Amino acid sequence: MAGRRSRQQRELAFMSEHKPNTFTGMPDANGRFGLHGGRFVAETLMPLILELEAAYREAKEDPSFREEMDFFLKHYVGRPSPLYYAERLTEHLGGAKIYFKRDELNHTGAHKINNVLGQILLAKRMGKTRIIAETGAGQHGVATATACARFGLECVVYMGEVDVERQQPNVFRMKLLGAKVIPVSSGSRTLKDALNEALRDWVANVENTFYCIGTVAGPHPYPEMVRDFQSIIGREAKQQILEAEGRLPDALVAAIGGGSNAMGLFHPFLDDAEVAMYGVEAAGKGLSTGLHAASILGGRPGVLHGNRTYLLMDEEGQITEAHSISAGLDYPGIGPEHAWLHDVGRVHYVAATDEEALEAFQVCSKLEGIIPALEPSHALAHVMKMAPEMEKDRIIVMNMCGRGDKDIFTVAKHLGVEL
Amino acid sequence: MNTPPRTRIVETFERLAAEGRKALVTFITAGDPDLETSQRILDGLPQAGADIIELGMPFTDPMADGPAIQLASQRALKAGQTMEKTLQMVRRFRTQDDETPIVLMGYYNPVYVYGNESFLKDAKDAGVDGLIIVDLPPEEDAELCIPAMEAGLNFIRLATPTTDDARLPKVLANASGFLYYVSITGVTGTRAPDVAAVSAAVARIKGQTELPVCIGFGVKTPEQARALAAAGDGVVVGSALVNAIAQTLDDGGDAAFTVHELTRRLAEGVRAAGQRAAE
Repeated sequence: MAGRRSRQQRELAFMSEHKPNTFTGMPDANGRFGLHGGRFVAETLMPLILELEAAYREAKEDPSFREEMDFFLKHYVGRPSPLYYAERLTEHLGGAKIYFKRDELNHTGAHKINNVLGQILLAKRMGKTRIIAETGAGQHGVATATACARFGLECVVYMGEVDVERQQPNVFRMKLLGAKVIPVSSGSRTLKDALNEALRDWVANVENTFYCIGTVAGPHPYPEMVRDFQSIIGREAKQQILEAEGRLPDALVAAIGGGSNAMGLFHPFLDDAEVAMYGVEAAGKGLSTGLHAASILGGRPGVLHGNRTYLLMDEEGQITEAHSISAGLDYPGIGPEHAWLHDVGRVHYVAATDEEALEAFQVCSKLEGIIPALEPSHALAHVMKMAPEMEKDRIIVMNMCGRGDKDIFTVAKHLGVEL
Repeated sequence: MNTPPRTRIVETFERLAAEGRKALVTFITAGDPDLETSQRILDGLPQAGADIIELGMPFTDPMADGPAIQLASQRALKAGQTMEKTLQMVRRFRTQDDETPIVLMGYYNPVYVYGNESFLKDAKDAGVDGLIIVDLPPEEDAELCIPAMEAGLNFIRLATPTTDDARLPKVLANASGFLYYVSITGVTGTRAPDVAAVSAAVARIKGQTELPVCIGFGVKTPEQARALAAAGDGVVVGSALVNAIAQTLDDGGDAAFTVHELTRRLAEGVRAAGQRAAE
């Protein structure tokens, strides 16, 4: 009994330290999520991110900013996105009820636009006229190009040469939308190098340029700001599941590259202790092969792109390449809030391989008439593992964060089909 | 308040001031193009006219650097450069030169992964005098800047055109050794600095600190070196030297000879600035 009391005391002490917001009270004033986060940038950028933080705080408190966001989320993006009961998939797996949060139905086909809209409205508010962005799969680039077209802003998107080759449809989309796509040939020529190049552009164009980061990473305040913009996903899902089932779900599942769709779904539920959460990293060809993009399961804490977080790197601290069939998950880091949620044990981080994601991609297409992007196919692969092990009265909400149109060429190639 | 460590950097600037000279600070990446050549380049720099040496710790993702130094990092890493080899280069250099200051310059991750405490101890023991860690602004001083001072190393701070008067005291607070004025908004080795704007900025900074101010990020020629050295206490040349190394890989020239020749010409430019200032 004595041991039990002391454990309770410890928990109480923990709660009082973290009250009133417990898991949702991060980051601290320095942008830290425990060990992670921070502002690890060159001096040239420091005044800019301080200015951004001040502008964001002001906008957040301004009802007119919220109203403008809500208007465009509703009439331009098409929110709220439905929460859909995947009945045939549920029957097929024979366990927990599976719901999809259908962010693939958003304008531009993914959750990325939620964040972009917020940042572009903020950029306008700050009087910036030129927007830069990095992109991997091209979804964030397309979303940024779209919002820039809508608001008449110059748009430059950096994209690794390797990604330009494997995501041609999105490259063309961005160009149609009036953006300039700059292939990045430095380093490993993928997403991390596109980020480096965008940072170099920003340092050189500080006066008029706003850097629209696509995920919950980068220097403070980006991880917090992007999370806030994406949290619309979780806020809607919470209300929708209460309407549909009269209670909260037992589990949330989302894919993780940088982690913005997962953060958006998870954050409004973090203090609901009964809701388990699973972030699914890309295991590529398998965690043991070293050819993966699982920063938490296969990485260590380090500092890159303005924040401390789990990174894929060698024993010298040199960043290594991530591998995944999904270009959107192909990043050697993860948002610092995820790193913290892993450290404190609030979210479970698991992984799915290329093969498992491809299988889930096909099952979903055939059973639900929904062609998922390869990113949420990783989340789905984990749902397919866990749902059959759960009772039928259990509920899983999975974030269907993007649609698969962009991926059909990649999938065809892996299935040995010539288009 | 920490007392700034008295290192070879401090002694060098005192000596140069007494001689009425400006400092030539040269940057090379450790291990570029390979360990043996890089050691020869390093060892000959003081003789060629370098007053202070910045030795780059290569990193896969040098966000603040232009193409020249990015490629230098890639060459060094490809040739197998490690932090231990970089420290070993400094130890070897110190067997023949105990006067010329060495500043290790780079990004935080390789240091953090090496372990901050062991890194500071090993660097100090090897004969390093100061550190420039590009992605550690004053907001993150608790990470490495304060511990470095306690370990007897200068933590050299960068001030940039975006560092305004309100922010400058924060940048200067824990700075020691010298202040590195970044002459452009941009990455290393790209656009050419505007001498008049730089002179005004440096004058403004010198009104707030007694630290020597060295100017860098885009200094390529002896003429530029002379003009910019006159505006401060020294100039930093990096990309031009690193480009010279790259050039020898294409045309088969001797990298050490080429770098030392260029250093000699740059040193002449800087010395001319000192004389003019003394007149």
